[in-house]
Amino acid sequence: MSKQVNIDITVPNQTKYLGMIGRIGESLAYSLKSYHGNRRELAYHINLVLTEALANAIRHANDFDPDKEVRVTISVSDQKLTIKVFDQGQGFDIETLAKLKARESDEGGRGIQLIFKLMDQVRYIQEGDSNVLEMTKHLH
Amino acid sequence: MKLNMTEQGDIIIICIEEERMDAHNSGDLKEQMLQLFDEGKCSLVIDLSTVRFIDSSGLGALVSGFKNASAREGSLKLCCLQPQVRSMFELTRLHRVFEIFTTQDEASSSF
Repeated sequence: MSKQVNIDITVPNQTKYLGMIGRIGESLAYSLKSYHGNRRELAYHINLVLTEALANAIRHANDFDPDKEVRVTISVSDQKLTIKVFDQGQGFDIETLAKLKARESDEGGRGIQLIFKLMDQVRYIQEGDSNVLEMTKHLH
Repeated sequence: MKLNMTEQGDIIIICIEEERMDAHNSGDLKEQMLQLFDEGKCSLVIDLSTVRFIDSSGLGALVSGFKNASAREGSLKLCCLQPQVRSMFELTRLHRVFEIFTTQDEASSSF
């Protein structure tokens, strides 16, 4: 039987929690003994997509409102790692953001593009009262 | 964000004394650089030796500094990147924008 790890964390809508959540994802990636790729690189990428997705939820979806919360879940099986970032805002059009290509001289606009580049599947969906940015990475 | 600044003639060397440059702290670097530009100090070296993680906001702050320095006929150069940080510049193709040096001395003597 395959082992599954599930992590479920809710933090206030503040950027000071980015490091903590990113490091949890990083540690989790290092613990994936069955992953045969570059684990150090995977750990950085998971840290990065968590940081980008959380910062995006805090800034754009939850509009920096410190009374709101952001929930993050990470599920890992033998086959894949799935991260979900839940926000309570108005949502955003991920397709439009994905199509915008940041020019080298642009200061912003790289966050969502990095998520699309590093993860195998990215969806922005509705689950109950929340919007969810769901990002999946295949591990084999 | 903890920054350590030293002056070498006209050149300001800014050491980022943080492990992470992200959306939480990158605004501080941007503000500090704008203050330097206002004082007419437009030749900067950013030493990233302590930084082991950078996100799109951290990269954006450096791009902002680079553009502002260039607009004032100055320059912003980078040095001492850890491999994972260097790979972020390659992933976003920003290694083609910045001059990146192995050591602080190489960066400051390139002005």
